[in-house]
Amino acid sequence: MYGDTSIQKPIEIAEPTSEEQARLEVIFQQKIDDNIKIEPQEWMPDAYRKTLVRQMSQHAHSEVIGMQPEGNWITRAPSLRRKVILLAKIQDEGGHGLYIYSSAETLGTSRAEMIEQLQTGKAKYSSIFNYPALSWADMGTIGWLVDGAAITNQVALSRCSYGPYSRAMIRICKEESFHQRQGYELLLTLSRGSDEQKELLQESVNRFWWPSLMMFGPNDSDSPHSAQSMKWKIKRKSNDQLRQEFVDATVPQADFLGITLPDPDLKWNEESGHYDYGEIDWEEFGNVIHGNGPCNKQRIANHIKAHEDGAWVREAAAAYAEKQQNKQVA
Amino acid sequence: MADLSKKDALVQYAAQIGDNGLIIGHRMSEWCFRAPTIEMEMALMNSALDLIGQARELYSYAATAQGEGKTEDDFAYLRDEQDFRNALLTEVPNGDWGDTIVRLFLMSVYNKLFFSALADSKDAELAAIGAKSLKEVTYHLRFSSEWMIRLGDGTSESHNRVQKSVDNLWVYTGELFTMTDAENLLLKDGISVDVAALKADWNQNIAQVFEQATLTVPADGWAQLGGKADGVHTEHFGYIIADMQYMQRRYPGCEW
Repeated sequence: MYGDTSIQKPIEIAEPTSEEQARLEVIFQQKIDDNIKIEPQEWMPDAYRKTLVRQMSQHAHSEVIGMQPEGNWITRAPSLRRKVILLAKIQDEGGHGLYIYSSAETLGTSRAEMIEQLQTGKAKYSSIFNYPALSWADMGTIGWLVDGAAITNQVALSRCSYGPYSRAMIRICKEESFHQRQGYELLLTLSRGSDEQKELLQESVNRFWWPSLMMFGPNDSDSPHSAQSMKWKIKRKSNDQLRQEFVDATVPQADFLGITLPDPDLKWNEESGHYDYGEIDWEEFGNVIHGNGPCNKQRIANHIKAHEDGAWVREAAAAYAEKQQNKQVA
Repeated sequence: MADLSKKDALVQYAAQIGDNGLIIGHRMSEWCFRAPTIEMEMALMNSALDLIGQARELYSYAATAQGEGKTEDDFAYLRDEQDFRNALLTEVPNGDWGDTIVRLFLMSVYNKLFFSALADSKDAELAAIGAKSLKEVTYHLRFSSEWMIRLGDGTSESHNRVQKSVDNLWVYTGELFTMTDAENLLLKDGISVDVAALKADWNQNIAQVFEQATLTVPADGWAQLGGKADGVHTEHFGYIIADMQYMQRRYPGCEW
């Protein structure tokens, strides 16, 4: 799972301080223009490194925080089959988090630093996870819409210029695509069920539709620092392009489920060959990003509590490892 | 006991082994987003998947043996508290990481011996489930043994905490080695495992890890019984069932 990356202040791009640096920057940009992946040991501009660390850590945090809304339903899953699917899915997400933290560490920032930034609010995670998972249908909707939006983003990111991130994305996309299908299949089962099950489905989609569209970040016109990311091929498509791709792919799927997407302005546009959709509530988006979503405080409080409750365990593991090391030396 | 048919005994037996897996799996799944590191969380979730997977196979087999057209979900979702015959050890709350590891360790030592023996059952289906489960619980045993040693021989705080967890949970271990009527009946045909006979090996395996972990094995004293033989559970159990069965009870007869 994943969301927008364009919600924080742009990283300052410094002018080259010497001829040598200017030369390195030219070589660097040439590699990118030639679609040669940048690898950890290679020279890269500071701002490129910082942008990537920010984006990748935000992505990893999203995977980890995203375990919370789904974790809320493991014990209440309505069949054993659904329970193990959900467990396996959440486990995948933890794995994605680990994988991306490791990729980000190749840029010289430790996982401990990234976690501290998350817990102090310096680092963000996808704002979609500040919405609550209130019904069983949400387990399907999160798979279908949230993972669906994530895949739209990540397929583009799998062509990202930074080698470790791009390779992580290729692998993650395969699992996410399974997640999306299982989510849709869950909803399809509801759509063929009782009236109450159909109501659960519609109510869930009503809550998640707009926040899913917000996952792609602000409109291009309000996302001024995207241009540099595009030039560096950290970002391969604009927010609005990705959002449109998602809407175009999703509307027919909603029709097949027999549900109504909660947007009266949503309609096919013959001329453009795309679906038109209504204006996103950017005020709500801003509120959620700035800490006023339904679950912001709860999500971080849970993360901090798990971290603090586990301190004695991590200390014990470290102490034991040290004892073993001393024994080997002796 | 005279009333118990072999068929009913087999249904009870398969379901009872499944209950152990489902309930401890349920407890471990509660660790989602609460573990000290992501790696530890994933290990617990993975073990939960194994254990709930074992329950599914056993419930499906129980349903087949019963021949009333029921499914695995009837066993998990539509039985009442007293119908569940899991050992009390599997249902007590998670507590802290130490409590959880101790429970998993005590249970995994048992499970490894149990499923090794079940793999030799005269009942081909149970033997196959035993052989498959053995691989899984062998991993759980390795994982939990390593943590027992780390915590026991880590810091003085971790040592004290985990010793206390052992002392608190020990009272529930005796139940694992009691025999139900169904077990006794099936034992005559070589179908069930003589769990009373596993106790000596269990004690020995526990003692080996405890020695490395610098922990003290409590003396066997009072054993709290109830879940396995009679379906008389702890006060905590009703909440597991309330959580687990909420959807099936609220929306009866639906496909999910």
